[in-house]
Amino acid sequence: MLNAVTLLLLFQLAGEATTLFFALPVPGPVIGMALLFAALALRGGPSGELRETAQNLLQHFSLLFVPAGVGVMLHFQRMADEWLPILIALVASSFITIAVTALVLHALTRHQPAPADTERQP
Amino acid sequence: MSPRLGGNLSEVWVYLAASPLLGLTLTLLAYQGAVLVSQRCNGHPLANPVLLAVTALVTVLWATGTPYRTYFDGAQFVHFLLGPATVALAIPLYAQFGRLRRMTIPLLIALSAGSLTAACSAVMIGHLFGASDATLLSLAPKSVTTPIAMGIAERIGGLPSLTAVLVILTGILGAVGARSLYALLKIDDHAVRGFAIGITSHGIGTARAFQVSEQAGAFAALAMGLNGLLTAVLLPWLIPPLMRWLG
Repeated sequence: MLNAVTLLLLFQLAGEATTLFFALPVPGPVIGMALLFAALALRGGPSGELRETAQNLLQHFSLLFVPAGVGVMLHFQRMADEWLPILIALVASSFITIAVTALVLHALTRHQPAPADTERQP
Repeated sequence: MSPRLGGNLSEVWVYLAASPLLGLTLTLLAYQGAVLVSQRCNGHPLANPVLLAVTALVTVLWATGTPYRTYFDGAQFVHFLLGPATVALAIPLYAQFGRLRRMTIPLLIALSAGSLTAACSAVMIGHLFGASDATLLSLAPKSVTTPIAMGIAERIGGLPSLTAVLVILTGILGAVGARSLYALLKIDDHAVRGFAIGITSHGIGTARAFQVSEQAGAFAALAMGLNGLLTAVLLPWLIPPLMRWLG
C-alpha cells in the first residue's frame, strides 16, 4: 500500500509542478491523473497493489468533499438573500446539463453495442 | 504538553475544540453515520452521504459556536486526500481504455455540449431570477471539480469560497436527481449515464456513479477530468461577453 500511495503522491507532485511551470489553468491533481493514465497505457496496466489502493481510496470518494461542503456556513447571509435564484439556477442547470450531455452522447453512440456491465450493490 | 483541566468540562471542550483532532474525528463520525443512514435507505439518492454529513456537521458547529476555520484545521487532512484520490481516478479510467478509444469523437462532442450548457444555463437562469453579478460569476464554474472551479472563479471575478459551496450543491443535486432523469429519458447505457453525471456533478457525481457500476464510475471520472480542462480554458473567454450581453 505504501508503494502505491507514494506513487500517487509522486504523480500528483509531477502534476502540480507541470501546472506551475507552464502556468496552466488546470489544477495539479487533474494533470497528475492524465500523467498516470499515460504511464498505465505505456506500461500495460496497474499493479495489483496500485489497483487495490485506488479502489480503497475511491470507495470513500464522497467523504473527501465533506470539509469543503461544510464551508456553506460561511455564506449563510448571501444564501439567505439570494436563495431563490441560486436554487432555481442550480436545480434547472444541473438537470438541463445531464439531459443535454446524455442525449447527445446517446444519439452519437446508439449504434455501438454497449458491453454488459456487472452491477455492484452499494 | 496538555494543560491540566481536571473536572472542568467546558474548559476541556474549549481546549479540544481548538485542536485539529476534533474537526477530523467529527468529520469521520458524521460521514460514517451518513453512510449508515444511506444504507438503511437502500442507497436512495436523497439520502446522499455528503448532504447528510454536511448538514450534521454544520448543525454541530453552529450549535457550539465553532468557527469554520477551527473546524477546517482538522478537516483539512481529509480535504488533502482529494489530490491523490483524483490522481487515482486514472486506474478505473484505464480499465475502460478500449471502449474510450472507440467513442473518442462522440465523447468530445458530448463534452463540448455539456460543458457549454452547464456554464451558460446556470448564469442565464440565475440572471433571469435576479442573482447579483458576484453570485453569477461564482455560479459559472459550478459543474467543475472543486479545486478547478475555485481557480476559475478567482480568474473571472467570482468568490472562490462561494463557488466551492455551489459546486458541492451541484454535485449533490445531480447525484440525487440523475437516476429519475435517466429513467425519464430512457438512457440505459452505463457509459452514457456515467459521462453525463460526471460532466454535471464532477466528483460527487463520480462517487455516485461508482456506486452503480465500475463502468459508470470510469466514464464519470473521465467526464469530470475533461470538463475541468475544457471549462478552465473556456470560461475566462466566454463569461465576460456573456455578462456584457446580459447587462
